[in-house]
Amino acid sequence: MDFMNTFRLALRALARNKMRSALTMLGIIIGVGAVIAVVSIGQGAQYLVQQGIQAMGTNAVFIAAGSNRAGGVRQGYGGVKTLTVDDMNAILREIPLIKQAAPALSSRQQVVYGNQNWNTSITGTAPNYFDIRTWPVQAGSVFSDEEVDIAANVCVIGTTVAKILFVDDNPIGKEIRIGNLPFRVDGVLESKGQNVTGQDQDDVIFAPYTTVQRKISGITWLQFIAASAVSQEASVAAVAPITSLLRERHRIRPGDDDDFLIRTQADIADLQNQTQSTMTYLLGGIASVSLLVGGIGIMNIMLVSVTERTREIGVRMAVGATEDDVRRQFLVEAVTLSMMGGFIGIIFGLVGSALISNLLSWPTLISGKAIIAAVIFSAAVGIFFGYYPAHKAAQLDPIEALRYE
Amino acid sequence: MADQITIAMEPKETVASGKPVIRLENVFKTYDLGEIQVQALRGVSLEVYEGEFVAVMGPSGSGKSTIMNILGCLDRPTKGRYFLDGVDVSGMTKTQLARIRNRKLGFVFQQFNLLSRTSAVENVELPTVYAGISPEERTKRAMDALTRVGLADRAGHHPSQLSGGQQQRVAIARGLVNRPAILLADEPTGNLDSRTSVEIMDILQTLNNEQGITIVLVTHEPDIAQYAKRNLLFRDGKLKRDSLVQDRLDARVVLKSLPTVEQQAAEDAAEEAQRLARADAPA
Repeated sequence: MDFMNTFRLALRALARNKMRSALTMLGIIIGVGAVIAVVSIGQGAQYLVQQGIQAMGTNAVFIAAGSNRAGGVRQGYGGVKTLTVDDMNAILREIPLIKQAAPALSSRQQVVYGNQNWNTSITGTAPNYFDIRTWPVQAGSVFSDEEVDIAANVCVIGTTVAKILFVDDNPIGKEIRIGNLPFRVDGVLESKGQNVTGQDQDDVIFAPYTTVQRKISGITWLQFIAASAVSQEASVAAVAPITSLLRERHRIRPGDDDDFLIRTQADIADLQNQTQSTMTYLLGGIASVSLLVGGIGIMNIMLVSVTERTREIGVRMAVGATEDDVRRQFLVEAVTLSMMGGFIGIIFGLVGSALISNLLSWPTLISGKAIIAAVIFSAAVGIFFGYYPAHKAAQLDPIEALRYE
Repeated sequence: MADQITIAMEPKETVASGKPVIRLENVFKTYDLGEIQVQALRGVSLEVYEGEFVAVMGPSGSGKSTIMNILGCLDRPTKGRYFLDGVDVSGMTKTQLARIRNRKLGFVFQQFNLLSRTSAVENVELPTVYAGISPEERTKRAMDALTRVGLADRAGHHPSQLSGGQQQRVAIARGLVNRPAILLADEPTGNLDSRTSVEIMDILQTLNNEQGITIVLVTHEPDIAQYAKRNLLFRDGKLKRDSLVQDRLDARVVLKSLPTVEQQAAEDAAEEAQRLARADAPA
C-alpha cells in the first residue's frame, strides 16, 4: 500500500476518535509549545546581551591597571600607577592589530547646576574614546583634541545626568560645577540604557583626561586604556603582544603577576553567551520532559487502539495486508498524531512567545533551529513510541484476530 | 418448508474440462497446546475443480474450521501439501501467504466483518488497496463488484445503514473484487434470517452458474448445503464423505415460494386498513 493511502487511512482513523486524538496530542502540543516558547525567550535574552555587547564595540580591548602588591597587601584593580599614556602610545606604535586607543581614568564627584546637584562618575578620556565605544552625541559635540592638550574645562554628559541636572533645560553651552571647578557642557551623549549587569550607562560625565588628571584627581597615570582592534579576531589576537609589551615596559620579572588586566569584548560576549545558553538548554531540557510524557501517552493510546481494532486488523490481513502493511499503518498513525501535535505545538509556542513579549515585554527571538528540532523530535517520538504498538498489531494471528470479540 | 419445493437441478458432472483449483495431498494439522497435542486434521486429500460449488460440513471439532483456515491460507498444514491454482503454498512465508490471499482468494465471513464507519464501496475496495491498484481502477472495480451483488445504489452507505443481508452482499462484493480463483464463505448465512439466507445463496448460485466462480462454503445447516453442487463431510479431522448433491435447491425458485418483504408489508397494511375500516363504521 502506498504512502498517501496509508496517510489518508491514518487521518481517517484519528478523525474517528476526535476527542481521544486531541487529548493524546495535547501532551505533544504542550511539550513542543513549551520548548518553542522557552527557547525563544532564552534566545531573546541572549540577543539582548549580544546587542549590549555589540553596542560596546565588538573589537574593543580594555586594558585596566592591575593590582599592586605592597608588602603582601594587594590592592584592587586600578591600584597601580604604572599604566600611562606612554604605554598607550607604545601599544599603538608597536602593535598594528590595534587601530586606536583612548586613555581613561575616573573619579566620583559632586556636580552642581543651578539648584540641582548629583553625585556621579567623571571619566577623563580623549575624543576617540567615543569612536571606540561607538557612542555618538545626540546633541552638541564632543570636546576636541586641542581641548585635551590644554586641559580645558569642558565636558559631555550622559542623558541621566542631563535629566537630573537640567530637567527640561537645554544643557548645551551651560556651565556646571564638578567638584569645585566650572565646566562647559559641549554635548549630550546618546542613551545606552542599562548594561548587562543592570548599571545605568548614561549616569556619566566625560571630560578631557588631562583635565581630570591634573585638576580633579591630581594623578599622572591612567586607570585603563580603551582600545579598538582592526577586527574581532584581531582583538583576541592582540592580547598576547600587548601583555608582553606591557610586562617589558613595566619591568615585570618572568614568573611575577601582571600589573594590568586585559579584557576583550569577545571574552565578555563569550561569557555572557555561555550563561544564557546554559539557561536555554536547561529550560529546553525541562520542557522536553513533557514531550517524553506526551510520547508515552501516544504509546498508551495506540495500544488501546490496536486492541480495539483487532478485528479490523484480522479483516485487513485476510484480504491481503502483509505484516509490513499493518505495521506501517499503525506507525504512520502514531507519527501523524505526534507530528500534528508538533505542528499545533509550534503554533502555540509562537503565539505564546508573542504574548509573553507583548504582555511582559520580555524580548523573544523565534529560533528556526528550535522549530526544526521540534518537528524532528515529535516525529521521532511518534516513531519511537508508535513502533511497539504497531509491531504488536503486525504480529497478530489473522485467525485469532477475526474471532476476537 | 424449503424441502417441499425441491427442484432437482442437473448436477454438472464434475467439471471435466477444469483443472484443480485446490489440491490437498494428505494434509495434517496438529495444534501444540504445550502438554497436549490436538490433531485437527488427520490426512485429508481432496481436489476442487474450477467452477465447483462445494459445501464443507461437519459437527464442531470435525476439523472443518481448520480446513477452511488452511484453504484460506490463514494457516499452514503441519504435514502434507496444498496446491492452490497449481502453486504449492504449503511452505510459503506469512508475507507470501498474504499476497496469495489478496490475489487468489475471496473471503466471506459469518460476522460480515465490514469496517464500520466506512462506506460500502470503500469496504469493497479494501483488497484492491493491498493489491497496489490505482485509485480510479479501484473505485471502478469496487462499483463493478457491487453491481454484481445488486447493491450499486447503496455504494455510499455505511454498514450501520445496511441490513444484515445487504452487509453480507457487500462482503461478497469485497470477496470478488480482486477476481480471485475461489470464494471462501465461512457460515455466510449463520447470522441471517431464513429469507435473507436464501437471498445470499441465490447470489452465490448466480455467481457460480453465470460467472463460473468457484465457491467453497462452510456450513452446519444441511438445507444450506443443499444449494451447493458437492458436499464434503468432515468428522474427527478426516474427510468422511464426498458426494454430489442430489435434489439440489435453486434459490431463485425457493425465493418465489417465500413471501417478499413487500408482500409481507402489503398484507400487514391490508389488515391495518380492515381494522381501521371496522373502527370507522360504528353506527
